[in-house]
Amino acid sequence: MHMADALLSPAVGGTMWAVSAGAIVACSRKLRQEMDAGKAPLMGVLGAFIFAAMMINFTIPATGSSGHLGGGLLLAVLLGPAAAFITIASVLVVQALFFADGGLLALGCNIFNLGFFPAFLAYPFIYKPLAGKAPSKTRIAVAAMLAAIIGLQLGAFSVVLETVASGISSLPFATFVSLMQPIHLAIGVVEGLVTGAVISFVYQARPEIIQSVQEARPLGATPLRNVLAAFLGMALLTGGLVSWFASENPDGLEWAIAKVTGGEELAVTKDGLHARLAALQETVAFLPDYTFKKAEQQPESGAGRESSLGTSVAGVVGGLMTLAIAFLSGIFLRKQGRAA
Amino acid sequence: MASIVGAIADLRQLDLMANGNTGLHRLDARAKVLATLAFILAVVSVNKYELAALFPFFLYPAVIMALGDLPVRHIAKKVAVVLPFALMVGIFNPIFDQTVLVRLGALAISGGWLSFASILVRATLTVGAALILVAVTGFPAICQALDQLGLPRIFTVQLLFLYRYLFVLGEEGSRMARARELRAFGGKGLGLRSYGAMISHLLLRTWLRAERIHLAMLARGFSGKFHPRRTTRFGGRDFLFLAGWSGLFLFFRLVNVSRLLGTIVTGAPR
Repeated sequence: MHMADALLSPAVGGTMWAVSAGAIVACSRKLRQEMDAGKAPLMGVLGAFIFAAMMINFTIPATGSSGHLGGGLLLAVLLGPAAAFITIASVLVVQALFFADGGLLALGCNIFNLGFFPAFLAYPFIYKPLAGKAPSKTRIAVAAMLAAIIGLQLGAFSVVLETVASGISSLPFATFVSLMQPIHLAIGVVEGLVTGAVISFVYQARPEIIQSVQEARPLGATPLRNVLAAFLGMALLTGGLVSWFASENPDGLEWAIAKVTGGEELAVTKDGLHARLAALQETVAFLPDYTFKKAEQQPESGAGRESSLGTSVAGVVGGLMTLAIAFLSGIFLRKQGRAA
Repeated sequence: MASIVGAIADLRQLDLMANGNTGLHRLDARAKVLATLAFILAVVSVNKYELAALFPFFLYPAVIMALGDLPVRHIAKKVAVVLPFALMVGIFNPIFDQTVLVRLGALAISGGWLSFASILVRATLTVGAALILVAVTGFPAICQALDQLGLPRIFTVQLLFLYRYLFVLGEEGSRMARARELRAFGGKGLGLRSYGAMISHLLLRTWLRAERIHLAMLARGFSGKFHPRRTTRFGGRDFLFLAGWSGLFLFFRLVNVSRLLGTIVTGAPR
């Protein structure tokens, strides 16, 4: 469920970036306060472990498919929420840079979807109370299963929200949700099984590893509240700022507004900043909302059609030429480099 | 990320490219990180029906790959591996969005197809940009740049740790996986039971390794900071690189170069 940049609008991507960056800062601060210096190499090596585990598959009987560990919940159980969040974030950064698994702009979304829900919701509020202080095998299995499923369902739902809000994909909300949630139910079951198996094993072999996290200063009201407040604050602040600067065409917002108000757009006050932004928007996005739709609405008036045909041809010809220039300049520069 | 061996080989290859010593490689990592972000932001903010406006952006990867002496085929292959995911989500656009936006003679192209193509082009550009960034910068330098740009030290140190042990644990994991496959006759023993036990063993061993690493680091006076091999200053060249490309991206974003060129060539109205 790694999101790619291609389906994201700058407003959504930027907002989630700020949110996740804020969470990383908050978690780092918390870790620095309670550092336990041994955690630094442990987090790094466990991150690498998650990588290795993700790439080893097991077969799922009777389906012909295979599954693997995702790791968010496992990290939370082993490290506690803050350290787990940082570790998951670092894994996602490496995935984005080296394996093109999720884009750079989408990093904020991915860190939030795959890190926040398992580390700050599923682990403290579902796994921990269910497993208890001295867990039995069944308790671990049930707790891990429920926590994994709920964490992934929330993550998948937030993927849907972010994609729809971006408005690049035309998938309707209901269709997308009904595709994503069942798929991630299955993935959650697999994740729950694996996580439960690993935790049980580790608990039997070296119970002190899991107990030390469980008994560590519980995630009291203050740190969590701080983290949530930081999230909210960053989201509001940057949501406002970023959507001003970065989204000349907030398709998703338009969609949401249309749903909420029943109208196409909010009534725009024709003065001040808003008007200037609107003017900017018209120069920046002079094409789609206006030209194309107008041409479509009056298909029979000859002049309109001709000009739309003209611009289309111009677009195609120009596009091909631009592409050619871009690639040729690359080839030219390379030749030059070789010659020199 | 199908096979673990392939993934490690991929990592190695990008790492090797980053060892190059072209003028691009020598630039300060901050300039390259910020330029890449500007590029992605510019590409992503283009309206989804404005397909042609995306084309000028190919200039950036083309030029960087040429100047950085990167193997085009390898990068293209890595991008192609990821494209199916964009395709999977994008393919719904032609189904749900059938308003005709462009007419080329008798050929009517719906908005859905336009945005579908736009999604694919976006994916190519953004994924390519990220790979190129690593290939001309290298991961340690990127981490250092993030540190200098103000990300918490704990996080950047975590990234470096992760990267260092990725190879070690990847190889250990791949050996274990191969051993299991060799012993699994007719697919028996590849199920969850053995997988769980195997992963758990790997985890326990990893844990012990981390404890040893920590002791070794303390013995060598680790103070929570890594020392980079190559230190760079953000100089004039770096500023020029960042400002030049960012300006160009802004220009591409404000002026539809493809359309402009086409209008000039075909003499079409506007």
